[in-house]
Amino acid sequence: MNDFRYLPMTDRDQKEMLDTIGVESLDELFEDIPDKVKFDGPLEIEPALHETALIKEMQRLAGRNVNVKDYPSFLGAGVYEHYIPSVVNHMLLRSEFFTAYTPYQPEISQGELQGIFEFQTMICELTGMDLANSSMYDGPTALTEAAMMSCGQTKKKEILVSKTVHPEALEVLKTNAAGQNLTVVEIEEKDGCTDLEDLEQKYTSSTACVIVQYPNFFGQIEDLQKVEEITHSDKSHMIVSSNPLSLGMLKPPGEFGADVVVGDAQPFGIPTQLGGPHCGYFAVTKKLMRKVPGRLVGQTTDDSGQRGFVLTLQAREQHIRRDKATSNICSNQALNALGAAIAMSAIGKYGLKEMAEQNMQKAHYAKKALEAKGFRPAFNGPFFNEFVIEFTKEVSQINEQLFDKGIIGGLDLGRFYKGREKQMLLAVTELRTKEEIDALASALEGAE
Amino acid sequence: MTTENQALIFEMSKEGRIGHSLPELDVDRIDLDELLPSSFQREEAAELPQVSELQLVRHYTALSRRNHGVDSGFYPLGSCTMKYNPKINEDVARYPGFAHLHPYQPESQIQGAMELMYKLQNSLEEVTGMDQVTLQPAAGAHGEWTGLMLIRAYHEGRGDYERTKVIVPDSAHGTNPASAVVAGFEAVTVRSTEEGLVDLDHLKELTGDDTAALMLTNPNTLGLFERQISEMAEIIHEAGGKLYYDGANSNAILGITRPGDMGFDVVHLNLHKTFTTPHGGGGPGSGPVGVKKDLVPYLPAPIIAKEGEHYTFSYDFPETIGRVKPYYGNFGINVRAYTYIRTMGPEGLKQVSLQAVLNANYMLRRLQPYFDTPYEQHCKHEFVLSGKRQKKLGVRTLDMAKRLLDFGYHPPTIYFPINVEECLMVEPTETESKETLDEFCDAMIQIAEEAENTPEVVQEAPHSTVIGRLDETTAARKPVLKYSREAYVSTKS
Repeated sequence: MNDFRYLPMTDRDQKEMLDTIGVESLDELFEDIPDKVKFDGPLEIEPALHETALIKEMQRLAGRNVNVKDYPSFLGAGVYEHYIPSVVNHMLLRSEFFTAYTPYQPEISQGELQGIFEFQTMICELTGMDLANSSMYDGPTALTEAAMMSCGQTKKKEILVSKTVHPEALEVLKTNAAGQNLTVVEIEEKDGCTDLEDLEQKYTSSTACVIVQYPNFFGQIEDLQKVEEITHSDKSHMIVSSNPLSLGMLKPPGEFGADVVVGDAQPFGIPTQLGGPHCGYFAVTKKLMRKVPGRLVGQTTDDSGQRGFVLTLQAREQHIRRDKATSNICSNQALNALGAAIAMSAIGKYGLKEMAEQNMQKAHYAKKALEAKGFRPAFNGPFFNEFVIEFTKEVSQINEQLFDKGIIGGLDLGRFYKGREKQMLLAVTELRTKEEIDALASALEGAE
Repeated sequence: MTTENQALIFEMSKEGRIGHSLPELDVDRIDLDELLPSSFQREEAAELPQVSELQLVRHYTALSRRNHGVDSGFYPLGSCTMKYNPKINEDVARYPGFAHLHPYQPESQIQGAMELMYKLQNSLEEVTGMDQVTLQPAAGAHGEWTGLMLIRAYHEGRGDYERTKVIVPDSAHGTNPASAVVAGFEAVTVRSTEEGLVDLDHLKELTGDDTAALMLTNPNTLGLFERQISEMAEIIHEAGGKLYYDGANSNAILGITRPGDMGFDVVHLNLHKTFTTPHGGGGPGSGPVGVKKDLVPYLPAPIIAKEGEHYTFSYDFPETIGRVKPYYGNFGINVRAYTYIRTMGPEGLKQVSLQAVLNANYMLRRLQPYFDTPYEQHCKHEFVLSGKRQKKLGVRTLDMAKRLLDFGYHPPTIYFPINVEECLMVEPTETESKETLDEFCDAMIQIAEEAENTPEVVQEAPHSTVIGRLDETTAARKPVLKYSREAYVSTKS
């Protein structure tokens, strides 16, 4: 009777089990479902495929996509293609990790718990913060949770957020704020960075937090020192969203006095996957420890004094506090956090510095190469691995021409901003070779 | 499982070792001070580990051996649907044509991915009986919150701002009331009857002009089907409220009944439960949301649409609540779920639920003589036991859970739902064989006997794990949430 390799029940099993229960048929077990809500007839979904046909079909679907491994890509804007050491995937395929649930039974979850404890430590190292949680859905939802936490903690209702923050993060933030009846006030952009005068003007005694991105959406490096001075002129929180790879070179937000640092660990070992799943991180100062959303792993000892790890400070969470919880979030992105930790371990202390520097060097080389062809950058401040070029034609058109020449161009900023249809945001990571960058510059010739 | 204590990766780090192979810098290196003002430069390198590749592999292999997954052994964790995670799903998700796509590539470059998402939307609509599904939410709780935001937008879109309350059963998962609050509602609790079902009279009392929605899991968290679902739907709909289906327990109903046919207006599914995507030690999951027609205008954009043979992103949702997640949801997880749906087809999915329910009822019947079973009704895909009898002997449910570790099992969910004393909640799933169910039942029966004859064996469990019971009080009172070299040196000396 059984055509399905994931279903071990034989006819004989079924009969024995029905006998033990004391019923005649399977139908009897479903007598509590009223007839009028019973589903009549087969589900109209595609038919089952045996494994060989399934592989063929899934390969057909995958084959209809252009992947960024086959073409040099200059897309970034929050999702980056980076070097992924082979060991990352091999370790993630250890099924004791990926087939486990949340480590609520610490005695048989020490591996996962220790791996996450190490991840938390690495995030603290990068951001310069006192503690980090075990991860969140992604960078933008981490940013949103940070804003919600600030409003809860400061008992204020106004969120100031820079227009240089990722536009999709801004959208997610607005959706959430509406749910909580909080106000989102946007701070203008000036020369590719947060307009500090506008920030100063909009900052009031009801400001719960100020959110900036570092490096920001346009690739520019924000002046965190000035942002800090304004934010801490009263009791508001400074929230910084940061590409963690850039922190291999940039002074960490913690050293500027940030209260919360969030971002996405995707640059470390996590494939782009059309934008998800990635891995949000969330780090805070000690003062906010008991307000952090999501799971935290802590170190402790067992009855014989041996070091071990547990989920801790759970009194903040929904399964204990229900409607009084600090957040409704239940899961994290444990497997991706583990992957990021493995990648960070492989890349290591000096590798991180070198990788970050290569991004910066290559992006600067690319910007110069384009400038040499007569293209004008939109902004001139310091930047990490992304910059904006101003064209005289629409970027969507330019990208089509580039793709004809085998290159995936950068992001058309017109996608998010009216009036920026001729601006392209280019990302250059350590994976782009000099040859590819030169090819981009030549392919663009005549596109000015 | 290995019993050696595993050093932290920071403790095996040694200056000068590397575990990577970065590309060469093939452009001229410019002096850093020219690129970046010194005030922005990091002074001290982040202390990431310095280990060789083999050291790294040994470390994470050792950690994996200190972890229990579905592949290691039976995992009957109630309400979590710890079924087998098919290996082919992992292969497919890693195809470069899925794994290495950028969300900002133009539609023309990702037609295969869009076809997959479109077909997954359609399949989930059919399974739930809903009109439109969004794949954006990242997990169950995220889906709950999204669904409640949709309901709020629907009411407000009709000029009705008075609906401030969401009704949640006392047996509900903790995320339900938490999500209601985050969506700006007040959560009110409806009682269960002694039979374990929603108390209809109490529901009537609570329902009124201020009711935004009723959130329900069906079968509920006790594993019981809410037989009076149509009556409940009528009560809520007549008062102008909406019905929200928490899909956590969908493994019991595939092809048997559909939330849409039961009267629900909004549904979320946990693809990491019902549709075999791995739990990953706590994520990533995926929590698509389906809605009936009148809620469609409020969905987060984009939705995948089809125009002729071409798939497009439709942003045409004038009343949208806005984005709930960047890009298009957890695509990599959705690829796995779609692969599973194509493996099983319509008949296979129905068999999943039939066999999951049979397995649960079989175990319930075998264990009934040894534990208190608070409810009479046939269970669906899971059931609850109460450890009341054992508690009188001085053996708590927590002790029995720890004792199960000695047999190589992950224990059932314990102390949930909160309305059952000393609760153990067992969900076997359809992917376990009768032999496994029998061995687990034998272990449970042995523990029940130990509780009577040698309670200390249970009270002092576990006896065979890599580590004993951990001091959670100190962990919470004096939290150590990261490794610090200084602290380590001081404990050594």
